[in-house]
Amino acid sequence: MSGSIEKSVHIEAPVELVWRLVTEPEQVVRWFADEIDLQARPGHEGSMTFQPESGAAVHVPISVESVEPPRRFTYRWSHPAGTPASPANSTLVEFTLTPEDGGTRLRVVETGHDGLGWPQDQQDAFADDHNEGWSRHLGRLEALVTSRSADAAL
Amino acid sequence: MPMDDEQLWAAVAEPGRRRVLDALVALGEATPTALAREVPFTRQAVSKHLAVLLEAGVVSQRRDGREVRYTVHPDRLEAAARAMAAAAARWDARLQAIKRLAEDEHRSQRP
Repeated sequence: MSGSIEKSVHIEAPVELVWRLVTEPEQVVRWFADEIDLQARPGHEGSMTFQPESGAAVHVPISVESVEPPRRFTYRWSHPAGTPASPANSTLVEFTLTPEDGGTRLRVVETGHDGLGWPQDQQDAFADDHNEGWSRHLGRLEALVTSRSADAAL
Repeated sequence: MPMDDEQLWAAVAEPGRRRVLDALVALGEATPTALAREVPFTRQAVSKHLAVLLEAGVVSQRRDGREVRYTVHPDRLEAAARAMAAAAARWDARLQAIKRLAEDEHRSQRP
């Protein structure tokens, strides 16, 4: 068993059509949330609303990370409202679309949060002489730099 | 921080932590030092993963002289696996819904 949820499906439709269903808000409400505030642009902070049969609606924050039409779309979600999404407090959802037999292979991977506070971890990276530790922390650093430049681009 | 089962899977479903958990299941009871020999992480990194698992209630710890030993909580691990299976089933249902919508639309666009 891997450390993530991985699911995929073959769809008899072109990649561009599937991309629209995965990323356009008016399409996403047809298969996912009841209401959605989503823009397919890196750094967008939105939300999804789920209305249960009974009881209060549930709002889930969503933070868009990567938008690479028409192949890859990633976002973080389920972080506490009003708190920036990070690997420590949210899960990562990654959609990849690949042409397959005249149609599309749509794959989704959801990876759990690492539960580790980034700043403390960042400090430890400099005390950590382990190669594995370094590559792991450098990957995190790269993600942080990317999200910062995405913020700056807004 | 109390965690409901809905979120419990997210503490387990992180590839690095999954390796620590798998090693702990294999060893039965272990210290962070013993676990660090089984996974490609430092003892410090293993300790941090254990802290997250402890908070989620998936493992418990006991002091043994100068050492702290960890064991897996089978009930909570089972609850985490169930929650993960439920989350996976929801993705399956969503992918099937996308497939239906995409294929219907594609067919209707053809002459």
